[in-house]
Amino acid sequence: MIDLPLVWAFLIAFSVFMYVVMDGFDLGIGVLFPTFAVGGERDSAMNSIAPVWDGNETWLVLGGGGLFAAFPLAYAIVMPATYPLIIAMLLGLVFRGVAFEFRWRDSAHRGFWDLAFAGGSLVAALSQGMILGALLQGIAVEDRAYAGSWWDWLTPYTLLTGLGTVAGYALLGSTWLVWKLEGAAQDHARRMAVRAAWATIALMGAVSLYNVVLRPEYAERWLSMPDLLWAAPIPFVTGLLAIALLRALAQGREAAPFGCSLGLFLTGMAGLGVTIFPHIVPPSVTIWDAAAPERSQSFMLIGVAITMPLILAYTAWAYWVFRGKVDQDGYH
Amino acid sequence: MPDLDALLLARIQFAFTVSFHFIFPAFSIGLASYLMVLEGLWLKTGQQRYLDLFKFWLKIFAVAFAMGVVSGIVMSYQFGTNWAVFSDKAGPVIGPLMAYEVLTAFFLEAGFLGVMLFGMKKVGKRLHFAATCMVALGTFISAFWILSVNSWMHTPTGYEIAANGQFLPGPSWWDIVFNPSFPYRLLHTITAAYLTTAFVVGGVGAWHLLKDRTQPHARTMFSMAMWMAALVAPLQIVLGDLHGLNTLEHQPAKVMAMEGHYQSHPDGAPLILFGIPDSEAGTVRYAIEIPKASSLILKHDPDAPLDGLDTIPPEDHPPVGIVFWSFRIMVGIGMAMLALGMWSLFARWRGRLYESKGLHRAALVMAPSGFVAVLAGWITTEVGRQPWTIHGLLRTADSASPLDAPAVATSLAAFVVVYFAVFGAGVWYILRLMADGVQTGESGPSSGVAGPIRAAGITPAAQGMDAGDPREATETER
Ligand code: HDD
Ligand code: HEM
Ligand code: HEM
Repeated sequence: MIDLPLVWAFLIAFSVFMYVVMDGFDLGIGVLFPTFAVGGERDSAMNSIAPVWDGNETWLVLGGGGLFAAFPLAYAIVMPATYPLIIAMLLGLVFRGVAFEFRWRDSAHRGFWDLAFAGGSLVAALSQGMILGALLQGIAVEDRAYAGSWWDWLTPYTLLTGLGTVAGYALLGSTWLVWKLEGAAQDHARRMAVRAAWATIALMGAVSLYNVVLRPEYAERWLSMPDLLWAAPIPFVTGLLAIALLRALAQGREAAPFGCSLGLFLTGMAGLGVTIFPHIVPPSVTIWDAAAPERSQSFMLIGVAITMPLILAYTAWAYWVFRGKVDQDGYH
Repeated sequence: MPDLDALLLARIQFAFTVSFHFIFPAFSIGLASYLMVLEGLWLKTGQQRYLDLFKFWLKIFAVAFAMGVVSGIVMSYQFGTNWAVFSDKAGPVIGPLMAYEVLTAFFLEAGFLGVMLFGMKKVGKRLHFAATCMVALGTFISAFWILSVNSWMHTPTGYEIAANGQFLPGPSWWDIVFNPSFPYRLLHTITAAYLTTAFVVGGVGAWHLLKDRTQPHARTMFSMAMWMAALVAPLQIVLGDLHGLNTLEHQPAKVMAMEGHYQSHPDGAPLILFGIPDSEAGTVRYAIEIPKASSLILKHDPDAPLDGLDTIPPEDHPPVGIVFWSFRIMVGIGMAMLALGMWSLFARWRGRLYESKGLHRAALVMAPSGFVAVLAGWITTEVGRQPWTIHGLLRTADSASPLDAPAVATSLAAFVVVYFAVFGAGVWYILRLMADGVQTGESGPSSGVAGPIRAAGITPAAQGMDAGDPREATETER
């Protein structure tokens, strides 16, 4: 028998990862948007993601919807526990999403919608990072329901994970733009990328160290012997990637910085997996506790097996159609 | 158990966000199909006016779709934030259906939307048309799954109940997906979306005809929309009637509320056209009735007995006033749509379709009627299900999250402010695009290019611009 909850835990992790990197660069561009010059620079930054942002955001719906379907108990606990953050994220995504269309429909208020784009992206990114932090620091559960108080999600640790996520997204966004833009806008993106890279590396390090003292189980996982063997390569590879990223930026490479940033997110995600596995809501709910019955999970697995290759194929095609550099004067 | 205020606020919040959300799909389901038809006609006939119309409605579609997407994301998290107990209990059954919606519909729409909006020059006519078809198909598949979920909550079948109170799927998913009210609800709602779109298109056509009745694009739009009104409005009434019969079978209390039948009528129930329901006294005041007509409609026999709410325990009564009125608003609009459709047929037959100012004015007034009918219909359906979330099995009061009233009130206030501001602006932009009218001589992909353009370093925005890009209007404005 295959361990369905385990399979689903990996699938949810996969869609969260897809979301984080794909919408991550969209949101990162939003966070950095005000630093780009009004006019050509902003227009081309926006145009580099206009055809793909909706598809990128859909991974969030899959992550949330998949959690609801495969681990309903986890969904029912995490949502109320992080209620204000979820609402803030959703409202941020509302502003960010409509700005793509609205800024072109209303040249008189373009400045306002640019601000909405940036502000919405920042709020969404920060909330997502804090939700992650709130999950990692542990959620109080009693009798299949959230049993904590209304401000449990606000701690120094969650602020740290929130800022780390903002920095990480800014890194993805700026390296994406290094790849897609040319000329002065590209130079600007590269300068931003260097700063975001340092910030990301510093915050990733801080969160990792904090994790070790956050909960005794986490320390055990990272510092005791059998677990250490497969956990140790993660910080090592992360370090190598960080160096490669900074070098690629310094050498003026175009695609490599984005690739290294993706790699950093991958190792970060692996680190998180090691930290919380096998819990889905630390400290008390494991993936098996929260799992939907086998019939639900196997029914969906059939759907995933059939549709996921197709989704990946046509998503890749859509990216392929819009490959290459974005022209700064696209709209004259 | 949450306190009562938190529950009420959570209900208001759900109703508010889902009503706003549904306004956009009601339009974009129909509009996506209309765009598919327009592009198909252009490919088939090569006539410029179809391409112009396609480009015109595409810009509007882009704005409406963006609002549909962002308000939809909110919906998929509302279950967990406000209805956590419901989510935990019903998740194993409805969660997979919603996951299928994401996998088969949302990715499809979103994946091809970029090409549909910006890619005409890049991929060529045929592939672009395929992308338009995929987006339209996606909107349909999305409606399929979400309405299956919703219908299951009205007429649950195919489940088992676990020791911990969770609903579990039974051996056959077929019984869950194709639950008894689903076929009716699906057809009635899709048809509603088509009608809604037809009346918007007809209203825009009428507006431009009133300014200049020779305008060729306005003529085409108006004529197409009036065909839809004449053919689909009667169909919708038949579907609505069938839906009502199905509801009588599975959710009789809802039909009693719709009809205002507090009392049982052992020998033929009257059809109450208008009146003021008074739930305290258990009667409809100032009622204007047609004797025995309700039994005739619902049982196809004027003397058939019909039960009233007096046969249902009071704690299971839905709120009668809202259901009674929302139902009449929907049916009234349905009849008005039918009347306009017939009028247009008559005018067409007399050769006065483009001349009759009266018809054009009526079509203009009716332009937003589909939205009102759709919301009224949903309110009838959902309020009529109360006090249950899963009909007969799980009460609304037992479904909510353990939240404090201030937390829900704050988020509700935030949703109200943001939705009115943001979606208000969006609707305003759409109205402005509609008023500006069709730009003539829109260009397709540059002729002579077969297949995708493969030049290196091509520029998505610039290439897509004068083809699929909704942005060019702004360009001409500048
Ligand atoms: C997937 C499920 C689903 C879908 C597609 C809809 N609803 Fe619903 N609705 C619910 C699931 C639900 C719910 C979660 O079950 C609620 C919350 C409380 C309740 O009793 O049912 C509800 C309540 C609810 C209420 C409040 C009723 C009351 O509390 O008295 C209204 C007015 C609506 N809905 C309106 C709508 C509209 C306009 C929809 C059109 C899109 C809609 N619903 C789709
Ligand atoms: C509470 C129930 C609902 C939820 C949770 C929900 C969820 C969503 C989500 C998450 C999206 C955005 C998808 C994307 O990223 O592309 C969306 C869009 C959409 N939804 Fe809903 N939805 C609900 C009700 C409905 C209903 C009742 C219908 C149709 C009958 C519908 C039809 C659509 C369509 C066609 C879209 C595409 C966007 C658009 O056309 O505006 N939804 N919905
Ligand atoms: C005059 C003819 C009509 C009749 C007899 C009719 C009948 C009904 C009934 C009985 C319901 C409630 C079903 C239930 O949940 O039990 C319903 C729901 C609904 N109606 Fe109508 N209807 C009519 C016209 C319209 C029109 C013109 C529209 C929109 C353009 C519309 C849109 C809806 C929608 C969106 C719903 C909620 C979804 C559903 O349950 O199908 N209806 N209708």
